[in-house]
Amino acid sequence: MSYLYQFCNNFSFLILSAIGLSIIFGMMGIINLAHGEFIMLGAYITTFLATAGVPLPVAILIGALGTGVFGFLIDRLIISHLYNRPLDSVVATWGISLIMCQGMRILFGSSIPGTSTPLGSFSIGDGKYSVYRILLAVIALLVVVAVYFIFMHTKIGLHARATMQNSSIASSMGVNSNKMYALTFAFGSALAGFCGGLYAPTMSITPDIGSNFMMESFVTVIVGGTNPLVGTVLSGGVLGLVRSFLEMNMGTFAGRVGLLVVAILFIRLVPKGFSGLVDNIRKKMEVKKHAKN
Amino acid sequence: MILEVKNVTSGYDRVMIVNNVSISIDKGEIVSIIGRNGVGKSTLMKTLIGLLKTSSGEIDFDGANITKMKAHNRAKSGIGYVPQGHGIFPNLTVEENLKMGTMINSDGTQKNFEMVYDYFPRLAERKKQMAGSMSGGEQAMLSIGRVLTGNPKILLLDEPSEGVQPNIVSQMGEIVYKISSELGLTVLMVEQHMGLIQQITERAYVLDKGAIIASLSQEEVKDNQIIKQYLTV
Repeated sequence: MSYLYQFCNNFSFLILSAIGLSIIFGMMGIINLAHGEFIMLGAYITTFLATAGVPLPVAILIGALGTGVFGFLIDRLIISHLYNRPLDSVVATWGISLIMCQGMRILFGSSIPGTSTPLGSFSIGDGKYSVYRILLAVIALLVVVAVYFIFMHTKIGLHARATMQNSSIASSMGVNSNKMYALTFAFGSALAGFCGGLYAPTMSITPDIGSNFMMESFVTVIVGGTNPLVGTVLSGGVLGLVRSFLEMNMGTFAGRVGLLVVAILFIRLVPKGFSGLVDNIRKKMEVKKHAKN
Repeated sequence: MILEVKNVTSGYDRVMIVNNVSISIDKGEIVSIIGRNGVGKSTLMKTLIGLLKTSSGEIDFDGANITKMKAHNRAKSGIGYVPQGHGIFPNLTVEENLKMGTMINSDGTQKNFEMVYDYFPRLAERKKQMAGSMSGGEQAMLSIGRVLTGNPKILLLDEPSEGVQPNIVSQMGEIVYKISSELGLTVLMVEQHMGLIQQITERAYVLDKGAIIASLSQEEVKDNQIIKQYLTV
């Protein structure tokens, strides 16, 4: 039971922290080094609202929305000038992360009063389990389903996937690819803000809170590859298992080291991550299927 | 006149590839732009759809000046662009690729889908297949079918014969001719496949070093001697 709980905990943390980053990287090829600070922004907005008396679920949604709007503005003002310039966008987003982190420190000091983790806990045998943490795992799954639905079953999702594959051809079909990129960046940012809002009640709210998420989110994206759905889910699942096993047997530090080791192995053995792996398998199956026809 | 290109110059960054080109096409015509490799044919097509900026000159389409218009708006104004190499979305299914065309003009979408499946029954059989796993000929058909779902006013075909088996090329020519005559659709085709040019073209422009050097009538296009002179190196 405690293995399962730990796995759910790790899986939801990896998925929620990585999915926004993964969408921005997979769809736009932009490595957003300010991703952690976007999570921080979501956590701040949520905490301010929650401590002011706004119900937590509403505060979390406003946190996500606020971070999405902020992401949209950052895209229009800065990122849109750096499309197809991945290295420049790395430097720019790093700069944005520094400004956001220090800006928060100047504006609100080294920490703000947080909210307590809601919903309490329950015990089974010797183990004590937080209901909120279990809820987070359910929410992580719902986020994956929602993202899948948006990308696979809506018109805007189809246009986003087409733009990701070939933006010039998509624009020659009538898709405004700049608008598509701006929406994608805003959506990825909103998911980062959502993650920050969800985890805000579980941690101390400080300007450098984003660094708690950065390593995990980047490792998940590296191991997952460019497909924000298949890659992130498989990567979150496998890394969640590895981390839970190591944490339960050898401690938290071993869990973090284990994630990095898996990432290094993946870069060496499967450079395109789970996305590339699944893509190859699917292509082989299609070829076999049509060879039969 | 549905498309008029007046003294257009365009290219990449500061290197101009297309120089002072002027062409005009009437509604319902099938016109080809012929020329050897690297003379600027595809650059001209990309300029017409708006993927490359026009450095100087003017492009009028269906009574409007579209010179400054962005590619997605040009598509919505009724230009159906079929790029070189077919430009299908490999990781979208055939059906999803076709849906992308409906952005051009979403009126009567279902009717247009049925029409496309009538012209290209192979696409109907492979609706759920990933487009990237289809043969060159099937991808060419998908690429043409995709813009037809949007009910365009003009088809810009950029070397549709590329990567397609010779026996399929003439079949494709028949379908394009049929589509143009049945729908009254204007076609501007860039090509260097002599058979396809002669099969469907009503008149042609010859492009060399980015400039129009000759305008050929249908009789001249059908004359092997003349056409070879412009196509062979």
